[in-house]
Amino acid sequence: MSGDPTAYVLLEDGTRFDGVACGAPQRAVVGEVVFTTAMSGYQEAMTDPSYAGQLIAFTFPQIGNYGASSEAMESDRVHARAAIMRAAVDREDAPGAERGWLAWLADCGIAAITEVDTRALVRHIRDHGAMRGGVFDADMPQAQARQLIAEEPGMGGRDLVREVTPAETIVLDGGEGPRIAMIDTGVKRSIVRNLHARGVTLELHPCTARPSQLLANGPDAIFLANGPGDPGALDYIVDTVRHLVGQRPVYGICLGHQLLCRAVGLETYKLPFGHHGANHPVKDLTTGRIEITSQNHGFAVLGPDAQRTIDRDEAVRWETDYGAAELTHINLYDRTVEGLALRDVQGATVQYHPEAGPGPHDALYLFDRFVEEIKAA
Amino acid sequence: MPRRNDLHKILLIGSGPIVIGQAAEFDYSGTQACRVLMDEDYEVVLVNSNPATIMTDPEVATSTYIEPLLPGPVTQVIEREQPDALLPTLGGQTALNLSKELHELGVLERYGVELIGADYEAIDRAEDRERFRSTMTQAGLRVPRSAIAHSFSDARAALDQIGLPFIVRPAFTLGGTGGGVVRSEDELEAVVGRGLSASPIGQVLLEESVLGWGEFELEVMRDRADNVVIVCSIENLDPMGVHTGDSVCVAPQQTLTDKQYQKLRDQAITVIRAVGVETGGSNVQFAVDPQTDEVVVIEMNPRVSRSSALASKATGFPIAKIAARLAVGYTLQEIPNDITKATPASFEPAIDYCVVKWPRFAFEKFPGAEPGLTTHMKSVGEAMAIGRTFKQAFAKALRSRELDAKPTFEVDDDALLRSLERAGAERFDRVLEALRRGASVEDVHRLTSIDRWFLNELADLVADPDAPFAGQRTYKSVDTCAAEFAARTPYYYSGWERPPAVGEVQKGDRQGVVILGSGPNRIGQGIEFDYCCVHAAQTIRELGRDAVMVNCNPETVSTDYDTSDRLYFEPLTLEDVLAVCAVERPEGVVVQFGGQTPLKLAAGLHAAGVPILGTGIDAIDLAEDRSRFGPLLDRLGYQAPPYAAARSADEALERAADVGFPLLVRPSYVLGGRAMEIVYDAEGLKHYLDRVETEPGRAIYLDRFLEDSIEVDVDALCDGNRVWIAGIMQHVEEAGIHSGDSACVLPPHAIGDEMLEQIRARTAGIALALGVVGLLNVQFAIHGDSLYVLEANPRPREYSNGHVCVKEVVLPFDRFAGSDSLLGPEMRSTGEVMGIAPDFPTAFAKAQAAAGSKLPLAGTVFITVADGDKPAATGVASMLHDLGFKIIATRGTAQAIRKMGIPAETINKIGEGSPHVVDWIERGAVELVINTPVGTGARADGWEIRSAAVARKIACITTMAGGMAAARAIAAARRGEPEVVSLQQIHAGARVRTGAGDARAA
Repeated sequence: MSGDPTAYVLLEDGTRFDGVACGAPQRAVVGEVVFTTAMSGYQEAMTDPSYAGQLIAFTFPQIGNYGASSEAMESDRVHARAAIMRAAVDREDAPGAERGWLAWLADCGIAAITEVDTRALVRHIRDHGAMRGGVFDADMPQAQARQLIAEEPGMGGRDLVREVTPAETIVLDGGEGPRIAMIDTGVKRSIVRNLHARGVTLELHPCTARPSQLLANGPDAIFLANGPGDPGALDYIVDTVRHLVGQRPVYGICLGHQLLCRAVGLETYKLPFGHHGANHPVKDLTTGRIEITSQNHGFAVLGPDAQRTIDRDEAVRWETDYGAAELTHINLYDRTVEGLALRDVQGATVQYHPEAGPGPHDALYLFDRFVEEIKAA
Repeated sequence: MPRRNDLHKILLIGSGPIVIGQAAEFDYSGTQACRVLMDEDYEVVLVNSNPATIMTDPEVATSTYIEPLLPGPVTQVIEREQPDALLPTLGGQTALNLSKELHELGVLERYGVELIGADYEAIDRAEDRERFRSTMTQAGLRVPRSAIAHSFSDARAALDQIGLPFIVRPAFTLGGTGGGVVRSEDELEAVVGRGLSASPIGQVLLEESVLGWGEFELEVMRDRADNVVIVCSIENLDPMGVHTGDSVCVAPQQTLTDKQYQKLRDQAITVIRAVGVETGGSNVQFAVDPQTDEVVVIEMNPRVSRSSALASKATGFPIAKIAARLAVGYTLQEIPNDITKATPASFEPAIDYCVVKWPRFAFEKFPGAEPGLTTHMKSVGEAMAIGRTFKQAFAKALRSRELDAKPTFEVDDDALLRSLERAGAERFDRVLEALRRGASVEDVHRLTSIDRWFLNELADLVADPDAPFAGQRTYKSVDTCAAEFAARTPYYYSGWERPPAVGEVQKGDRQGVVILGSGPNRIGQGIEFDYCCVHAAQTIRELGRDAVMVNCNPETVSTDYDTSDRLYFEPLTLEDVLAVCAVERPEGVVVQFGGQTPLKLAAGLHAAGVPILGTGIDAIDLAEDRSRFGPLLDRLGYQAPPYAAARSADEALERAADVGFPLLVRPSYVLGGRAMEIVYDAEGLKHYLDRVETEPGRAIYLDRFLEDSIEVDVDALCDGNRVWIAGIMQHVEEAGIHSGDSACVLPPHAIGDEMLEQIRARTAGIALALGVVGLLNVQFAIHGDSLYVLEANPRPREYSNGHVCVKEVVLPFDRFAGSDSLLGPEMRSTGEVMGIAPDFPTAFAKAQAAAGSKLPLAGTVFITVADGDKPAATGVASMLHDLGFKIIATRGTAQAIRKMGIPAETINKIGEGSPHVVDWIERGAVELVINTPVGTGARADGWEIRSAAVARKIACITTMAGGMAAARAIAAARRGEPEVVSLQQIHAGARVRTGAGDARAA
């Protein structure tokens, strides 16, 4: 602990944690405070568009150890609003570093705070749920900070996709692989990279793209990307998806999974503090195999009977407007839904992140499977 | 895939004695495995030669055999017990090698025993260098360029392909025994030769050097459904070139990017699948070039290892326990995570703290040994520390080592810097000192290749040592999940946070009793103390109180979170222990089970008002302080050898005359007889005082040494009024050999009833006079008809039960080339084994075999002894001659033997020209060496002889009493393999004569 606090974290319930300001100087940054338990990949997390509107508390204490580099970017900029850390360092002399971590955050205009008892903060969020909060300059009176937090809208009902979607369609030429039209709700570069590496030609469409626009160039499949915010607030994309299911194979990851689930009639709900980390076990109920997965979502899908958990290790099958569907994957931590497959039309999605970035590669094979299935269709 | 119901009885092999590279971590893993299998209603048969273990407690297994870990005795156990399966992966390299051998001998097939966990093919693929290499290459992984050599010419031929420097790794050895680095062609013969002779199959791997690359380890677990998880990553602060057991390590890894780490994770998973370890834990080691990201696989252990014990303690994920369940058919998903209870074991722990491990060395015990660190492990123990940040953990680990003496440094700054280039035991102390003196991170990095991130952290620590500890100390939990779920298991460490810090300790209504552990293993303070601490915890729980354990040694059962109600993984310093007491507010603290470490804290705890349970502070001081203990003995009318204490070298020389030679001389307050020697005259004493640096003001003790006396060790228990003698053990070696290094026999086999009565009475007298409440160990010497009290310690020394039990010690001389293997008053053994048999000679033979120096049944014995030992030597020679041994001896000894009508061939001493005795030994023409040192002066010949014998693993006996015992043991062994018998059977049978019983003070 090096001296007096120069900044603090305040939560909407008034809980306060002092620390030392680092990164870009800012009087106040507010948003939803969430925590990630991943032990590496801090830069990937900060640049993941799914973290838009959120402040990330890192449970791993030592952050910044290997600096910042362009290859760790998951998008073209930082999307998280602030980094909350226990022992951040700014070291430019790490072998692969192009910039020190804190200098890079400052360059990006991102506020950060270190020397915070992140474990105490995380335990509070675990027990009381993810909540709004902010990082404030030590000079700012707490009442004023609280006011700013109160003015920040909650995550429920919030469409953050419009903030991260591209203004117009971008086409990335691939090789021999299929052509895929993606609704880009904030796609991570690792997803793009993995599809591209399999020869896919990828069209990244704005989230408001009409079905006709998505189908205009004759794609072999539709891909629903990851992204931030409440899937319940995205009726306009769900409508689009409902037009596409059955016409083309539909695949998706994370928010994309929630959108396909909503399109076939399921509801979503907010998890108490979300899943953010790189160690969650997910079981494929159709094969029995367990994968260690990268996770980053604050909302989850309810089963067809509105159940939050799937209590038996068997795929849940039910009838939808598009024929039979199955919930194919569960999270073994809390038995929430992690995957969907449509059985009468072509479509499959997962809640977790097979592209990793950061996290384990156990589920990378899903990209092979997606591409193979599209080719076979 | 649930429990396998086709298995009923499972055989487990322990790891034998504590040796360098194989410490109490295998007692931890073996005990966990036994308990799990017993819980699953299997019958468990355990074989181990080391009695000082929790796993050999009779209730841990269904049948427990204290037998040498050799194919013969274990085959007998298999024949008797008819187990369905053998679990080979929880008893270290010893169990793995033995299991492999049992398969190769056809024993497993003959008795229908299935290898579970890892089958023969998997073990062989991992252990055989050539097969491992090709397995890795086929799996698409890179391994260092290498070649196999069976001879010098093989090695020379491979030089062009591999290049210099290259590393020599002998096949099938543990802890890298016999390995080394060849930096120039000149070194080739010496290093390759050592490797070839260390390998039981005479095979070495020559490997491209990746010196200076980063070294990383991943702990991997796999189940029958092919689910794989990584439990933990470990990064060595010392780059490649230093054995991981000797490296300062951090968990989890700190310097790799996510992309780099995931690459290692992918490769580790590929490795366990390619090798084909079906279930359980494995350890995979990688070297990573930080500049190019290049990764090479170094090795994999297809079993639970020292690193997996570290990973278990670092994460809370009990690898051995889970490995045992996986071996009997469960999958990871079917096993609950003990700590959260709510989630399954099929996950990867998330860590929100930092763990640092420091090795503990004992170079001071082996003068003359090469002090550098290499790929050949030399540390005797380790301490682990947990902190919220790297700096907290590193600084806590520093103080957890409990060094006997502060490291000293070169005065010249340049010389200090240059000394960093070669890794040594005090490398990081030196790095800190260099940074303190203004060396830059770049300077140190250039010389050591230590990653700059660590050096930057150390530079911060040097610049402001207090910064990491500003704020408030608070206790956080090790919970496997970075607080994502509520933890149920109270496993704590202290961290410093900005006040008001939020503590996590949860206590129930029961009163707590704090037990202080023994800290890092070191010579003289080993696993037996951990054994006592674990039993103390069990008893405290039985008495309706919460057992609260404080310890910092990851290689133990006491730091298993299951052992106590609350575990504090903390350094054993006064400050750290008082902080635990402040949170716990215990009924009291128990200091008598952890050896010298907690005893040293007793006075400070008492002064701070913490109640000490059991033997009081004054009793401890009374026993430890010679100036108080001597008068106490006088008052009791008990004889003790004449002694004196001196405060300076001059005073010592003066007082020596009063005490009389020979003298046992040592500095005060030492553990394991450090710097203790026998001197025969004033000149010898002067020489000692010149060599041994004594701290000014500290006393030097002079004791008359009773030559040719018999030493006796007594363990007793006292409640303040009554004394119960637990056992009386007679040393096989004469007095003067440190009791920790002497072979012992229980019950005493050559002491009359009258003397035994006197021993009991005096033990009781001392216990009551000291005011001991708890354990007491008293050492006596019988000299002629007189009984002398040597010392009393209010702590345990030994624990044994059984038939006739012979304890033998295991010495690490093969690790310290250049150091003499002679026994003396300074303790140097790392561990011990026990032989149990109906008679002394058979038990002695078993103990020797278990200790790894199996006595030959026939062949040639070489005898060379001091003049005073010649009469005894002729007796031994006569017995060995009758047993058909050929006798060779140096001139004087040969003449003495021939005089008694026994044929003995005279061979040359070293100075008399070739072929001399060492040539004979190196040629393999000698099966047994009996060599006692001359009383004083030149020991050079003996040193060469013993080194040669140790190098070739030839039994080498250095005392006449040992020689006689060996001769009798050989005679007994020739009558056939002794029968095996389980502890449970012995206990069920007649009460054995251990000398146990109530005693009254004389």
